[in-house]
Amino acid sequence: MLSAFLAVLRRDLLLAWRGRADVLVTLAFFVIVVCLFPFGVGAETNLLRTIAPGVLWVAALLACLLSLHRLFAQDHGDGTLEQLLLSSEPAVLWVTAKVLAFWLTTGLPVVAVAPVLGMLLDLEQGAYPVLVISLALGTPILALLGAVGAALTLGLRGGGMLLALLVLPLFVPVLIFGAGAVEAELSGTGATAHLLLLGGGLAGALALAPWACAAALRVSTE
Amino acid sequence: MLEAHDLACLKGDRLLFRGLALRLQAGGLLRVAGPNGVGKTSLLRLVTGLALPETGEVRWRGVGIRRDREALHRELLYLGHAPALNDLLTPLENLRFACAAAGDDADEQSCVTALARIGLENQLDLPARVLSQGQRRRVGLARLFLSARRPLWVLDEPFTALDAAAVAELATTLSDHCDAGGMVMLTTHQDAPFARAPEVLDVGGYAC
Amino acid sequence: MSRSDRGPSILRFAAPQNFYPLAGRLAPWFAGAAAVLTLAGLWLSFFVAPTDATQGEVYRVIFIHVPAAWMSMFVYLVMAFWSAVGLVMNTRLSFLMSQALAPTGAMFCVVALWTGALWGKPTWGTYWVWDARLTSQALLLFLYLGFIALTRAIEDPRRADRAGAIIALVGAVNVPVIYFSVKWWNTLHQGASVSLTKAPSMATTMLVGMLVMAVAAWAYTLAVVLWRVRPMILERERHTEWVGAELMREALRQGGRA
Repeated sequence: MLSAFLAVLRRDLLLAWRGRADVLVTLAFFVIVVCLFPFGVGAETNLLRTIAPGVLWVAALLACLLSLHRLFAQDHGDGTLEQLLLSSEPAVLWVTAKVLAFWLTTGLPVVAVAPVLGMLLDLEQGAYPVLVISLALGTPILALLGAVGAALTLGLRGGGMLLALLVLPLFVPVLIFGAGAVEAELSGTGATAHLLLLGGGLAGALALAPWACAAALRVSTE
Repeated sequence: MLEAHDLACLKGDRLLFRGLALRLQAGGLLRVAGPNGVGKTSLLRLVTGLALPETGEVRWRGVGIRRDREALHRELLYLGHAPALNDLLTPLENLRFACAAAGDDADEQSCVTALARIGLENQLDLPARVLSQGQRRRVGLARLFLSARRPLWVLDEPFTALDAAAVAELATTLSDHCDAGGMVMLTTHQDAPFARAPEVLDVGGYAC
Repeated sequence: MSRSDRGPSILRFAAPQNFYPLAGRLAPWFAGAAAVLTLAGLWLSFFVAPTDATQGEVYRVIFIHVPAAWMSMFVYLVMAFWSAVGLVMNTRLSFLMSQALAPTGAMFCVVALWTGALWGKPTWGTYWVWDARLTSQALLLFLYLGFIALTRAIEDPRRADRAGAIIALVGAVNVPVIYFSVKWWNTLHQGASVSLTKAPSMATTMLVGMLVMAVAAWAYTLAVVLWRVRPMILERERHTEWVGAELMREALRQGGRA
C-alpha cells in the first residue's frame, strides 16, 4: 500500500539533494526578504522588535509561495505525473508524499533558519520556541494549500502570479494564527490557543488538501 | 476485455473524432493508425483513463473505467510520448521509481537485468541527462520486461528513436506478450516486423 | 441519449438546449422585477426612511451596502454549490452557471467595499479600517478574482470548468475559516474598529427598504446571470446541431427586422 508513498518520498528527497542549490535559493530569498524590512521601515530596534513576528511569518510565507511552482512542474514536463496518475495506488498517498518531501526540503530549512533571523530583528528570547513551533505547524499547511494551487495552475502561462492570487487569500488564516502565536507569547497572554488552532488547521488541511490536489492534478493533465 | 463504444474526443474546443468503437481481446495486437493530429495519442489517453471522452465509454473487463479506475490501472502499462525520466536520476533509479510508483515490486536485481536486456548495461549509473534519445526511450521500454503481469500494454510511438535491431527486438517482445495472452495497443509511424500482422484501427475514419 | 431525457421533468432543463430558451424567456422578467424593486427600494430608502438619530443622512448608504455585502457572500455559496453539482453529476451547465455568477459576485464585493469606504469616511474619519467584516470582504473579493483569473487563464474549456470548480469549493471551505480568523485577529488588535451594527432599534421602514433592495439585488443577479450564460452555452455547444439551428433562427429574425 505504501510503496508509491515511500518511492515518491525517497525520490523527491534524493532529487532535492542532487539539486540542492534550489533549496539554498529559497533560504537566501527568505533571508533577504527579512533583511529588506530594516531598510524599509528604519533600523530602530523597538520598531523592529514589534514587527519581527509578522515580518518573519510573511517572509516564510513568501519563500514557501515562490518555491511552490517547483512542486509538480518537473514531473508534469517529463511525463512522470502521468505515470503517477496511472498508479494502482491511491493518488492521495503519493500526493501527500510529494507535499511532505516539499515541506522537508523547503519548509523545514525555513523553520530552522527563522530563529537566526529573529536575532537580526532583536526578537525577545522567550519567543523563540513559539516562533519555531508556530512555523513548524504552519508551513505544512501552506505547503498543502499551495499544492492545490500549484496543481491547478500546472503548465499555464503566467502561472506564478496566478498561483499567488489563488493561494494567498487562503494563507491569511495561517498567517494570523502563526504570527499571532508569537505576539501572544510576547504580550504574555500565552500562545497555546493559537498553536492549538494551527494544529487543528494542519489536521484539517492534511485530511482535505491531498484529495483536492489529486483531483486538480487529474483535471490539469487531462 | 478492453472495449470502447461511441467515443468522441474533444481537444480544446475542437472535436477530433466521434463514433469510435474498439474491442481488444486477450492476445490481440491493435495498431492505431492515422495522419498526424487526428487524435491517436488522445485516443490512447482516453483508453488509459487519463482523459475523459466527450461521449461514450471505455470498459475494462466489462466495467466502465470511470466507475473502477483502479481495476484498469492494476493491469495497465502505459508508456506515453514523454519517457518519464528525471534527468538528475540514473536509468536504474528512474526504472526502480517507475515500478514502485506504479505499485509493482521490482527489486534492484530484476531492474538491472531488464536494463541489461534492453542494452543499457553500461549506462546504469550515468545521469539520464547524458543519454541519447534512443537510450532514454529504452529506459522506459525496460518496464515491459518487468510488467508481464500487467496484461494491457498501451504504447505511444514505442519505436521512435530506436535503431533497427532494437525495433526488431521490441516487436518480438510485443508479439510474445500477445502470445502469452496479453493485449497491446500502440501507435507507430513505421512498419514494425511483427510475427503476425496487427489489427489496424484508422482514427482518420472517425475524424470530424 | 442524455441523462435528462430519462429523469424527472425538472431535470430536463439541465440539458443546455432546453435551458437556453428558458433562460432567454426568464431573464427579461427578472430584469423588469429588478428595475421595479430597485426604484421602489431607493424611494423607500431615500424619501420614506427617517433620518438616523446618530448618523444623520450618511447612514442611507447601507441600503446599498448591506444588500451588496449579503449578495456577495450568497453568490459565492451558489457558485460553490453549482461547482459541486458539476463535479459530481458531470453537467456542463453547472460549471457555466458558476462562471457566469463570478463577475456579479465580484461586482457586489466591490460595491460593498466602495460604499463601505464612502460610509466610513464621515463616520469613522477614514476610508478604510481593518475591521473584521471589511477585511473578510476584501479577501472574498480576492477569492472571486482568483476564480475568474484561473478560469480565464485556462484555454481548454473542460479543464477551465473543473479547475474553477475545485478552487471554488476550496474557497468555500475556507471562507468560514477566513472569517473566523480575521475576527479573532481583529479582536486582538482592537484598533479604530467601530462595530458596523446600526442603532439598536432599526425603524421598520429602514428594514423594509433594505429587504426590498436585497430582493432587487437577487432579481438583478438572476437576470444578469441568465443573460451571461446564454452566449456561453452557445459558444460551448457550437459544434452541436441545435446551436446551428438556433443561430439560423437568430439570423432569420435579424434579417426579417432589417
